[in-house]
Amino acid sequence: MVRTYLLLAWTWLRASAQYPGPLIMMVIGSFIVSGLDVAAIWVIFEHVGSLGGFDLAEVMFLYGAAGLSFALSDILFGNVERLSQHIKAGTFDTMLIRPAGAFVQMATDRFSVQRLGRLAQAAVVLAIALPQLGLPAGRAWMIPVMILCGTVIFASIFTLGGAMQFLLTDAPEVANAFTYGGSALTQYPLSVYGNELVKGVTFIVPLAFVNWQPALFVLDRPDPLGLPYWLRFAAPLAAVVLSVAAALAWRAGIRRYRSTGS
Amino acid sequence: MIELNRVGRSFTVGRRKARKTVHAVRDLSFTVEAGEFVGYLGPNGAGKSTTIKMLTGILAPTSGRIQVAGLDPTRRRMALARRIGVVFGQRTTLWWDLPLKDSFELVRHLYKVDQIDFRRRLAELTELLGLAEFMSTPVRQLSLGQRMRGDITAALLHDPAVLVLDEPTIGLDVVSKAAMREFLRHLNADRGTTVLLTTHDLGDIEKLCRRVMVIDHGHLAFDGTLDDLRATAPDEESMEGVVTRLYSG
Ligand SMILES: Nc1ncnc2c1ncn2[C@@H]1O[C@H](COP(=O)(O)OP(=O)(O)OP(=O)(O)O)[C@@H](O)[C@H]1O
Ligand SMILES: [Mg+2]
Repeated sequence: MVRTYLLLAWTWLRASAQYPGPLIMMVIGSFIVSGLDVAAIWVIFEHVGSLGGFDLAEVMFLYGAAGLSFALSDILFGNVERLSQHIKAGTFDTMLIRPAGAFVQMATDRFSVQRLGRLAQAAVVLAIALPQLGLPAGRAWMIPVMILCGTVIFASIFTLGGAMQFLLTDAPEVANAFTYGGSALTQYPLSVYGNELVKGVTFIVPLAFVNWQPALFVLDRPDPLGLPYWLRFAAPLAAVVLSVAAALAWRAGIRRYRSTGS
Repeated sequence: MIELNRVGRSFTVGRRKARKTVHAVRDLSFTVEAGEFVGYLGPNGAGKSTTIKMLTGILAPTSGRIQVAGLDPTRRRMALARRIGVVFGQRTTLWWDLPLKDSFELVRHLYKVDQIDFRRRLAELTELLGLAEFMSTPVRQLSLGQRMRGDITAALLHDPAVLVLDEPTIGLDVVSKAAMREFLRHLNADRGTTVLLTTHDLGDIEKLCRRVMVIDHGHLAFDGTLDDLRATAPDEESMEGVVTRLYSG
């Protein structure tokens, strides 16, 4: 599976490298745009000394760690969210007749380096924050664990979002419940409606429990909400549970896949 | 080689009140032996493509059992992919943005085709199908006929025992069509590849298929040789007439 992933990703990278100009522009562009987030944090700290009890370096650490997890999962698996486009275009049928997992093919489709901008930006933020925090090894070990778990959790959410799209092409009335009219619904995936809202809820909830809790351990802070101490080590468990759920949902989705009429 | 046992596939369509079930294929049973060349006919919406999608593991049947090359397509989709070749005339199975030769190279890796076999087969197919001049062109820039030849090549590089084609001659000019038919005939006669093809072009059927199956409203309406098919309407002069009679019940 890893081999197939690398093979497909490499082929797409090579294909996109035929037009390096726009590619480089896009990487720089996304680096700058996501850099504005950091600028916003700095501006806030110009006026207040701390944010919710956290100083600048700590906030940058929280931001960088979460950003890194998100960027990694987005680069590796974010494309899975585009499933409904592939279903409608009929290209998903094509993926199913090849001797490779449909998931891997979805994830690598049109693999491009343009998302590297956000990754680079998160890495830079983290690299600035870490030396200032001066963490002892006894707590710093949690950082890679936390980033890895975060990546797995975000990837699972992307996958669950993709698996939902099997259902929505299958049973448009499910989506009907969420919106009025509904006649146009089969033509659009749910993610079109209130995309930001859905993302907000689905990404922030696990983030709070999985990125935030281990971060409290790394920074050696009491939990402002007073949640039990062991939660700080629960990230791998959450990652495993979510990824199993996502894998099952994806498989169920493939089984219910109904292709298109033409 | 291909075995369907009381296979059905239905779709629920429409929303809420207007909801209904479409039986695209119902109670369909047939067997295709190794080495056969079978034409699969039927009017629009008869269930041909649905059958093909079930044979290739894209769609799971809602009832019945299917075996292709000894495998259950739904359960063993990826293993099956290595044993069969699939061509959809309406859409490409190639990678849209990749040059043709990169697509083939990718096929080689995905299907784990031995380097030497791959070279030999690609050279042979390039020759037979005249691919040389557009080998470096991205698939999206190919004309329909060129793309179709590329698709057929990609479907055969792993030397499958069965080739399934859904309207492979759609949109081809007379010359390309003749070349395509000659190629398929050669593939079946000289290499022994089992071929199942759907088409609306009766010329394909008359030139190629020893056996014809006609499906209508998801049911098998006819299964026999070309001569048997003609005999169903002896007073009709042309194949068109015979088939029209069959389609209109
Ligand atoms: N994904 C789908 N969702 C809903 N209905 C479908 C779907 N796929 C096929 N159908 C229905 O099933 C029936 C058979 O369709 P199918 O595509 O198999 O026909 P066909 O024989 O290939 O026709 P054509 O000659 O036009 O290609 C049609 O009534 C079609 O509307
Ligand atoms: Mg069809």
